[in-house]
Amino acid sequence: MVTSVTSLGRSGLSDWMIQRISAWVMTSYLVFIVGYFFANPNLDYAQWAELNSSLPMRMYSLITILSIAAHAWIGMWCVLTDYITVRLIGPKATAIRIFLQLGMIAITLLYVVWAIDILWGI
Amino acid sequence: MLNVSIYRYNPEVDAEPYMQDFKVDTQGKDLMVLDVLEKLKAEDPTLVFRRSCREGVCGSDGMNISGKNGLACVTPLSEAVKKNKLVVRPLPGLPVIRDLVIDMSQFYAQYEKIQPYMINNSPAPAIERLQSPEERAKLDGLYECILCACCSTACPSFWWNPDKFIGPSGLLQAYRFLADSRDTATEERLANLDDPFSVFRCHGIMNCVQVCPKGLNPTKAIGHIRNMLINSAT
Repeated sequence: MVTSVTSLGRSGLSDWMIQRISAWVMTSYLVFIVGYFFANPNLDYAQWAELNSSLPMRMYSLITILSIAAHAWIGMWCVLTDYITVRLIGPKATAIRIFLQLGMIAITLLYVVWAIDILWGI
Repeated sequence: MLNVSIYRYNPEVDAEPYMQDFKVDTQGKDLMVLDVLEKLKAEDPTLVFRRSCREGVCGSDGMNISGKNGLACVTPLSEAVKKNKLVVRPLPGLPVIRDLVIDMSQFYAQYEKIQPYMINNSPAPAIERLQSPEERAKLDGLYECILCACCSTACPSFWWNPDKFIGPSGLLQAYRFLADSRDTATEERLANLDDPFSVFRCHGIMNCVQVCPKGLNPTKAIGHIRNMLINSAT
């Protein structure tokens, strides 16, 4: 058992499941948005603003943004724990990795808050 | 004449590893790579490699043959030689002791972690613990592993985290005991695997399946472990 304090779900299974579910959410959102563009070739700002100010669409967008954030957190955490390790780059690796992990988490959370601000500011 | 390029490194003499070129007369025969190495060793006794059974059973002569991990004793030249050249290197990712011999301590440490033995604390029956043919069939494709390390050393996740990720070989064995109807430690075994590294560093790229000289499928076994974890944890 290898414990970890910076992974999103603390458990491998939980991270794995979040990764799969968030992937489906993002895919469905992408399909919906692209489909919407195709279904409305003469889309204007009024219609676009109306779509995005409805509560269900706001929720769908928010869930997608949370999915992107979780997916990125897990993915970036995997990349950083693969390559920024004492084994590969020496004794400074742990400090560098923690710095990058915290930076990545901070940026992810900032984007989430910013996205909420945008979604509810339309 | 076959051109052979071999990774050489003797830490007592060489500052760094180098590739040494040889020419070998195979007399037009489709020899096994191990036969070629034996011929070279007769010429140059300083060449070091592991071998024992020479028939794909002991798992000693795992090495990187023309870019693909495999057992030298069961890899024919017709599979390994490209443009009349054979390139032999040690298995990647683990420390080289000398020439084609690697230090497999890390590999065995991961194998030890999964407790590769039957755990059953109920009183032993008079003769033996019985299995139905169906229960026994679940072990097919798992028990055949010879621990040659070809799969684990072909796995990038194992290269980067050999101390944390159990690796395809260890996980195949882990599932071999999880799937065994006579073993009663399933929950404990699963609890030891549910962290972000031990099992879940596997991203399913299937290098292990591609190189396994016994034709086993560690990725499938890892999928089964994941399903068992889902069943017990949701």
